[in-house]
Amino acid sequence: MSAGRLPLLKAAWVVARRDFTAILFSRAFIFFLLGPLFPVVVGVIAGGIGQRVESAAGAPQVAVAMEGRDLDRMLMAQARLAGYLGFGVPELVEVERLAPGERFDARALLESREGNYGGVLTGTPADPVLTATVERQWWAGPIAVIAAAADDPAAAAYPRVRTETVAASGASEARARMRTAQAGQVILFLLTMLLAGMVLSNLVEEKANKIIEILAAAIPMDALFLGKLFAMLAVSLVGIAVWTAAIGGVMGMPGIESLFGGALSLGDLPAPGVGWPLFLALGVAYFAMAYLLLGSVFLAIGSLANTVREVQTLSMPVTMLQVFLFLFATLAVADRGGWMEWTAIAFPFSSPFAMLARAAQDESAWPHAVALAWQAGWVLLSIRLGAALFRTRVMKSGPQGARRRRPWQRAAAAVAQGPRRA
Amino acid sequence: MGRGLGEAAVADNLGSGPTPGLAIEARGLVKRFDGTLAVDGVDLAVPEGAIYGVLGPNGAGKTTTLRMLLGIIDPDAGQRFVLGHARPQDIARQVGYLPEERGLYPSMKACDAIAFMGALRGLPLAVGRRRARELLEANGLPPDRQIRQLSKGMAQQVQLLGTLVHEPRLVILDEPFSGLDAINQGKLERLIRSLAEQGTTVIFSTHVIAHAERLCDSVAIIAGGKVPYAGSVDAARDRIPAQVRLETRNPDGPWRAALPATARHEGAFWYFPLPESGIEPLLRALIEGDAGILSLSIERAGLHDAFVAIAGEAAAKALETGEGQG
Repeated sequence: MSAGRLPLLKAAWVVARRDFTAILFSRAFIFFLLGPLFPVVVGVIAGGIGQRVESAAGAPQVAVAMEGRDLDRMLMAQARLAGYLGFGVPELVEVERLAPGERFDARALLESREGNYGGVLTGTPADPVLTATVERQWWAGPIAVIAAAADDPAAAAYPRVRTETVAASGASEARARMRTAQAGQVILFLLTMLLAGMVLSNLVEEKANKIIEILAAAIPMDALFLGKLFAMLAVSLVGIAVWTAAIGGVMGMPGIESLFGGALSLGDLPAPGVGWPLFLALGVAYFAMAYLLLGSVFLAIGSLANTVREVQTLSMPVTMLQVFLFLFATLAVADRGGWMEWTAIAFPFSSPFAMLARAAQDESAWPHAVALAWQAGWVLLSIRLGAALFRTRVMKSGPQGARRRRPWQRAAAAVAQGPRRA
Repeated sequence: MGRGLGEAAVADNLGSGPTPGLAIEARGLVKRFDGTLAVDGVDLAVPEGAIYGVLGPNGAGKTTTLRMLLGIIDPDAGQRFVLGHARPQDIARQVGYLPEERGLYPSMKACDAIAFMGALRGLPLAVGRRRARELLEANGLPPDRQIRQLSKGMAQQVQLLGTLVHEPRLVILDEPFSGLDAINQGKLERLIRSLAEQGTTVIFSTHVIAHAERLCDSVAIIAGGKVPYAGSVDAARDRIPAQVRLETRNPDGPWRAALPATARHEGAFWYFPLPESGIEPLLRALIEGDAGILSLSIERAGLHDAFVAIAGEAAAKALETGEGQG
């Protein structure tokens, strides 16, 4: 058996194993799990409330474009039936009175996103045509009832409603994907900052406890650095797995959609460009890259600091820079293919955010392989540099007063001290 | 200043390989921190199986020297050999280290903390846990209690056991007695002796001279980053002439001429260094000078006196201040 220090990876494993189990079974992990829940709960509740308000005050309407007489009959029939059937009858809104033989472009109206229209009704009461998205095709039933009542109040038969389906229009899909991109970026940013902060405070605690000296005497500093970094990554992946399982469980609960007014319906979420499975996988990969990049910088900062206060002072500029990069990546979402997006993709610290947004907006998968390779290269470089700084600074000894003073500090001290006595 | 046998070997071997029979060998170690000289040419020679004390006031360079020997920091100049290896990292699994400022993870169980410290030195976790339980039970400590639930003294014992769990050949303890009560200090002294009896080399730093005097075969005195003395405790004490304590019936008389000028009178006694000519001429002069000797004893100088003589009054004062704190 070798008498020397443990090899780098084995030593990193020893540290990571301890940190992982210690954090996983600590209150910190509970807070880590619960922490993001507060904004989510607030968001869901607010969303639910918003949805309810919307369903009460601004439920989707059916735009009606028919010849004048037909339109009046339809509106009257709707008003009559609404008295009996309440919310089961969609609200009809006149958008245009057509001249005889005049045609109306229902698709254009929907794609323009004007008003709160979920569908457009054209044709005549005897031959109604509903243009709507797949989700609103069920309106064909109530509209058949209204049309029948409009055509003949005593009718026993209902006209067949012809339906024309519009997928979400090009404009609305892009807008929806942009929302997905931004949501992904926000989650990625919050997670990264939360974890980087945790790994930093973990390190500072060890420095303050002097445990670091035991570790430094036994194993290479690089191993300590790697162990800490990857332990926190593993903890966060467990956290993400727990969240995913919890969210999946909640969404699978019967009646949950109606409880939150549809806010939790996966079907209502705009699908990302690469599809949900790949998007989620890429989210985890980009999160790992973003965390490893930022975490190694924060660990290096931690090696320079001795107290929490010093850490706060030192990490503030990095945090601000990270916020700036996040905002930059967020802005880049709106600049697809432009210089801003390419810069955000190329710069390592904003690259994971920009690429996650791209995954939400764009169908092609291969750029992500290139981006991940690019980011992995930077991660390696960042870990090496961070570990080198960590190694040289973390166990700096000697009395506090022995720290090197800059020339101006020495000059100031000399002035303050006055002439030396013999 | 004279040198111990080990130090002479160090000087002769500067630039060559390790000296056989030495567990630790330092040759001209120098360490600067941002331009400030913390350790200035330290030479040490610790024989295998010895109990070796590093004495010095706070800030003298003890911890920095130990850290260099452990490979936690590298010297700016000089050589070090630990168990015959120029790189302490190459022998890390056979070294145990207890730092001055104790640190344990508060939420860890005592046995897990010890096993973890063993794992850092290459001991499989399962073996570490088993040994940890044995060690804890042998010392009357609860294995399954969290560190935060232990008293300070118990936590210190846990950390010490963690230092020993992998059965190292060399144990380096930085201020191990600091913060321990008298009972635990006694236990630690017994433990250090038993380690040495088993062949383990123990080197510890302290600013409490009494511990070093009771335990150590050899000591190094560090002051201001330098080592003005390194060698056996006996040799250090022999550097100071034995002290004569004299009590006479006659307060004055011709016998006073036999006393050296440095003799001091405290209470009923006179104290002065034993003259180089020995005790017989002194006795003769006292009797012929009609001193009326009531009592006369020759007391060998203590390590504290040696420390004062070697490191100077200022260092001794600093040491005493440290003692007071510790």
